[in-house]
Amino acid sequence: MTRDEIRTAVLHALTSVAPEIDPQRLDPDSVFRQAYDLDSMDVLNFMIALHASLDVDVPESDYVKLASLNSAVDYLAGRLTS
Amino acid sequence: MNEQTASTRATGHPTRWAPLVKRAPAGGMAPNLRDYDQACAEFSWDQARGWLDGLPGGRGLNIAHEAIDRHAAGGNGHRVALRWMSRNGAGRDFTYDDLRKLTNRFANVLCRLGIGQGDVVATLAGRIPCLYIAALGALKNRSVYAPLYSAFGPDPIVSRMTIARARVLVTTDVLYHRKVASIREQMPALEHVLLVRETAAPLPPATWDCNALLDAASDEFTIPPTDPQDLALLHFTSGTTGQPKGAMHVHEAVVAHYATARFALDCQPGDRFWCTADPGWVTGTSYGIIAPLTHGLTMIVDEADFEAERWYRIIRDERVTIWYTAPTAIRMLMKAGTPLARQHDLRSLRFLGSVGEPLDPEGVVWGVDAFDHPFHDNWWQTETGGIMIANFASMDIRPGSMGRPLPGVVAAIVRPAADGGVEAIDEPGVQGELALRPGWPSMFRGYLGDEERYRNCFAGGYYLTGDLARRDPDGYYWFVGRADDVIKSSGHLIGPFEVESALLEHEAVAGAGVIGKPDPVAGEIVKAFVTLKPGFAPDEAVRRSIQAHARTRLGAVVAPKEVAFVASLPLTRSGKIMRRLLKARELGWPEGDTSTLEPS
Repeated sequence: MTRDEIRTAVLHALTSVAPEIDPQRLDPDSVFRQAYDLDSMDVLNFMIALHASLDVDVPESDYVKLASLNSAVDYLAGRLTS
Repeated sequence: MNEQTASTRATGHPTRWAPLVKRAPAGGMAPNLRDYDQACAEFSWDQARGWLDGLPGGRGLNIAHEAIDRHAAGGNGHRVALRWMSRNGAGRDFTYDDLRKLTNRFANVLCRLGIGQGDVVATLAGRIPCLYIAALGALKNRSVYAPLYSAFGPDPIVSRMTIARARVLVTTDVLYHRKVASIREQMPALEHVLLVRETAAPLPPATWDCNALLDAASDEFTIPPTDPQDLALLHFTSGTTGQPKGAMHVHEAVVAHYATARFALDCQPGDRFWCTADPGWVTGTSYGIIAPLTHGLTMIVDEADFEAERWYRIIRDERVTIWYTAPTAIRMLMKAGTPLARQHDLRSLRFLGSVGEPLDPEGVVWGVDAFDHPFHDNWWQTETGGIMIANFASMDIRPGSMGRPLPGVVAAIVRPAADGGVEAIDEPGVQGELALRPGWPSMFRGYLGDEERYRNCFAGGYYLTGDLARRDPDGYYWFVGRADDVIKSSGHLIGPFEVESALLEHEAVAGAGVIGKPDPVAGEIVKAFVTLKPGFAPDEAVRRSIQAHARTRLGAVVAPKEVAFVASLPLTRSGKIMRRLLKARELGWPEGDTSTLEPS
């Protein structure tokens, strides 16, 4: 899976939880939670959506590594190739 | 184990969960409340008033004096009052003397702006130091402090600011641009916006730089005479119908904040206290600001949001002794697993408390597995201002129960009486509405601008809580559910009407009914049922558009997590949405049993 494909999957999962987010205007380094006031249920649902599309099970202790678009893509690229 | 706690998960017990039997700690600290019956017999609120100092010279009672100045003046000015951690993990300490001076400065700023007694000062901010300074500085100035949750969208902000008629709003430049600037004209009472600048952007028009004002103000301030019955706090909560309710509390509430923290959270000298609640909600003010400071403790504040490992690091590094948190967080910690907790040295912990919604027995007992201490669930609400019913450090815990009433609190289970009032149900085990005899100091004094709703809270000499509960033969109370349609999500009360109103603003929505859907993590999540206007198809694009609209208007914490399309909404003859019926259908309950609950 290419980084672009992962990026698309992350944005899809994010906007399924928070459809108010405009992917075109998203700062790839902004921390989702703060930038869009996501609550902890949103974060949980985001991880569930990622799991459904990428089949990656993210442990709770790694949630912080998916805080922004860029960091999420980095983390998932590492997980998907290892 | 630090504390001798036996957890036998016996089957056959009426609740499936055996009591957690407390034994006297061997060589440990004895709890403040050692014998429940004796404490109840000996306690009086007058006695508790004597635990506080009052303003010097008999000039009354002011929360901020009890929280800060008396410690600063009493030789404890050097002690750390607020240990603050920023999102990036940097720590900053504020001693009692620092807080005394900073809150003096803030009170002087308010004076300079012409803000005085009874004027409402609102905050819309995350857990930043200035929030705490503004809250306590406003109280010094005898202004009324009204916290707004920073994750609210513009709609909940406007409705609350309108009811509060706040003259001052303290917020950050980031939140101002994102949420306030576009709605400022809808808040005509708002005169002064004080911004804590988190970016290098220039100051927007018609705002003040909060830190510049503080720097220019004197750090000496004498708290004016304060009547214990003067208004101090305005906390918003939600009902089934209508606008949010602004529950008013007075300076005397500090007597209850102090006494309840002593009994129910076992605050003792030297404790390092971490209440994880945000000050945007009542728990985060009563126990996230006032109670630990009135006890002269070091209070831990973390700016960041929940994250399991971070939380464990904070408990370990800050040597937290009392940890007061909420069921949603506990459930998420359980998901993260016991080994993660056990990887950290958390032996500093002495007392674990939980509030916001009932904590499942699994969560209570998991505390023992992960921390060698059970979670002590307790119960109260915005209107009560402080903890009313609790599992105490010295008392056996019945997992799943909210515990027993605090000394000075008289609780009852009531049912409607023939005369239109209510009567107490004396026999145990019977479900009814949880009710309290008014008279404790942090009892709310009204809903601002809504006398009728306040009056409707009382009957037969009781304050009616709106919660259904039962009492077992030993006097432990057990939560059953809400008597109304209010939704409890992650410990926050959400009014269905407020959500429905926002949904109706969407171009596609013809009708909306909102319920709480049971959820294993949040307790309940907000679920909306909507009917569509002609020309709109019930497809994914419309659903996302409605959800995006609701989240933008209300904020993620209030907006529905699920939106379902229905052909019609069940209405009473008078046209009210029968939310109970929606809920029954959602949960597969028999509809006939519930439809009668909705008066038509």
